[in-house]
Amino acid sequence: MPPVEAKDVVKRFGSREALRGVSLKAAAGELVAVIGPNGAGKTTLLSILAGIAKPDEGQVNSDGGAVGWIPQQAALYRRLTVEENLLLFARLEGHPNPRASVEEMLGLTGLAERRGEIVARLSGGNQQRINIAIGLLSRPAVLLLDEPSVGLDPRQRARLWEFVSGLAGRGTTVIFSTHDIQEAERYGGRVLVLADGESLFDGSAGELREAVRREAPEDADRDFETAFVAYLRHRGH
Amino acid sequence: MRGVRWLLLKDLQILRRSPLQAVLLVAYPILIAVLVGFAISRGPEDPRVAFLNEVPQNTRIDVGGQELPKANVREQICERVECVFVHSREEARAKVESGDVLAALILPADLVDKINSLSTLTPGVPEVEVLVNEENAVKAELVDDRITSLLAQANLRIARRIGSEGSRYLGLIVDGGQFHVLGETIPILGLRASARILQAVLPALPRSLRPALEEVNEFASQARDNLDVAKPLIDRLAQPIEVDKVVVGGASPPLEIFAIAVAATLTLAFVVVLLVAGSLALEREENAFPRLTRGLVSGGGLLAEKVLLGIAVGLAVTLLMLFGMRIFVPLELGRVWLWLLAILFAGAALAAAGAALGAAAREVRAVSLLAFMVTLPIAFLSLVPSGAVSPAVFDAIRYLTALFPFKPGLEAITAALDAAGPGLGGPLLHLTILAVAYAAIARLALRRFATV
Repeated sequence: MPPVEAKDVVKRFGSREALRGVSLKAAAGELVAVIGPNGAGKTTLLSILAGIAKPDEGQVNSDGGAVGWIPQQAALYRRLTVEENLLLFARLEGHPNPRASVEEMLGLTGLAERRGEIVARLSGGNQQRINIAIGLLSRPAVLLLDEPSVGLDPRQRARLWEFVSGLAGRGTTVIFSTHDIQEAERYGGRVLVLADGESLFDGSAGELREAVRREAPEDADRDFETAFVAYLRHRGH
Repeated sequence: MRGVRWLLLKDLQILRRSPLQAVLLVAYPILIAVLVGFAISRGPEDPRVAFLNEVPQNTRIDVGGQELPKANVREQICERVECVFVHSREEARAKVESGDVLAALILPADLVDKINSLSTLTPGVPEVEVLVNEENAVKAELVDDRITSLLAQANLRIARRIGSEGSRYLGLIVDGGQFHVLGETIPILGLRASARILQAVLPALPRSLRPALEEVNEFASQARDNLDVAKPLIDRLAQPIEVDKVVVGGASPPLEIFAIAVAATLTLAFVVVLLVAGSLALEREENAFPRLTRGLVSGGGLLAEKVLLGIAVGLAVTLLMLFGMRIFVPLELGRVWLWLLAILFAGAALAAAGAALGAAAREVRAVSLLAFMVTLPIAFLSLVPSGAVSPAVFDAIRYLTALFPFKPGLEAITAALDAAGPGLGGPLLHLTILAVAYAAIARLALRRFATV
């Protein structure tokens, strides 16, 4: 059984269908990028996989391991220090030795020397690292990241993806959403394309390029982002 | 409950990290305590009134040959207003015109003579003169009220004396006696003695004269009986209506206790509602709410933590305020456990109401404004007494204020502070119902708004 699997998931908000029969399966240690324009249903899909929202139709299964969820905007307390945030969530997770878990996360995120700083005074990139560290406290088999690189400068992005790739390398399944096609191509071992709640593509980045060349040949030789937009247009989005 | 403990610790850490908020939580009750205590202990400020007494010294009020007990007019007036003694009308007028005093009270030289003339055949009209500066409407009304009250008391004393003199004259007519006028003493026979004489001489008269004399005798008897009835009527003229106050309900504590209860409830309401609503909204503003409710803490647990936070901080702040008030007003320390009970119940209901507000909003600023806009008018409406507005409006206010914990909280704290207040059981039951209802609303609101 894969660490996480969604089958024919449908989610409605009033009369609007945010997801229309979307399916996704991810293996252990796999990095899956969920891409699509704004309003495609990326956050909704991740929320359903995280168990925050319930699907109206379809099924979500996991192999029983914890699912770590890292929301797009850092979900932490900005008036507490780095250490206090980690300690609070470690305690709430019920860790037998919360202080040891905090030390481990501080080491993992490289923020040990800034443990006593108030989070509000840290850069967006460092806040995001704490956000991820909190998500990792439950030692999840699956890590869900909702647009993790939004608002980060290139150097912070590089450090973030180095960190996330390291997690995947240690066997954690990572599913992240992004609307940056190049980020998805570079870091996603697999790419799921969503548009208007519909799943348009599920495969590797190379296979996506092939699909673009096949369906929008006039734009296939241009940069990948332009070709991808042409592909979406060709598919009616 | 494990999570509740750590969240409570976290909220207290955040409070500690917000020095302005923490200082306000401590400074606000102390400020309220000092202001209310100062106001209660000082009482209302007396208006400044210029006072000119032109009545010659040693002039006594003498009605019907009897002097009224010596009354120190100056003392009686000056205990109700702050007297500024002046020596002339011009000085009095100047002080009023300059605004140095709000009014001037002038007792003219002939005032006592005219009062003394009231029991003579040529009564005068005694007048006092009042010069008023009405630039301050509230104080001007206060001056009017005080002077009207002073004159009413003086009029009552004189009217009683005149009434008493009238009764004495009637007594002379009915029973006879000595009447002193212009240094002469005139004996008055009286109706009773006249009737007795007529009755005695009647048998000795010729039969033909008897009917006419019997008519005179009959008149004398009727006049005597009816004038006897008239005496109490004359006595009542001075004060025809007396107040017989019967308390039929709404046992009330002393005014200063009620003022303290209002200040304490107001403090508790603002601190608890704003803190709980803001703290709950902060969970969503910091995006922590979905993370917490993903199995770390249940929605009910989160609400319980916020209610506990509100009760704990509200209890500390309100107790601090009440102990501060003890500097000015003696509050019974033997009733402290009742204070605790009232504050706990009121705090719980107010915290649940704050949670319902906080659960409905996503931003701390928005929810703080909302909490303020709800709490302030409800608090004011809760203080409107019956009879101050029309019955229909009062009923509407009563039902509206019953839906918010301020009024039952005020009743509970009033009852806890003083034995003369209303009972404690009813308000505590009311607060319990409101706490449960608002907690249910907050729970529903959290579910409704929990979606991403």
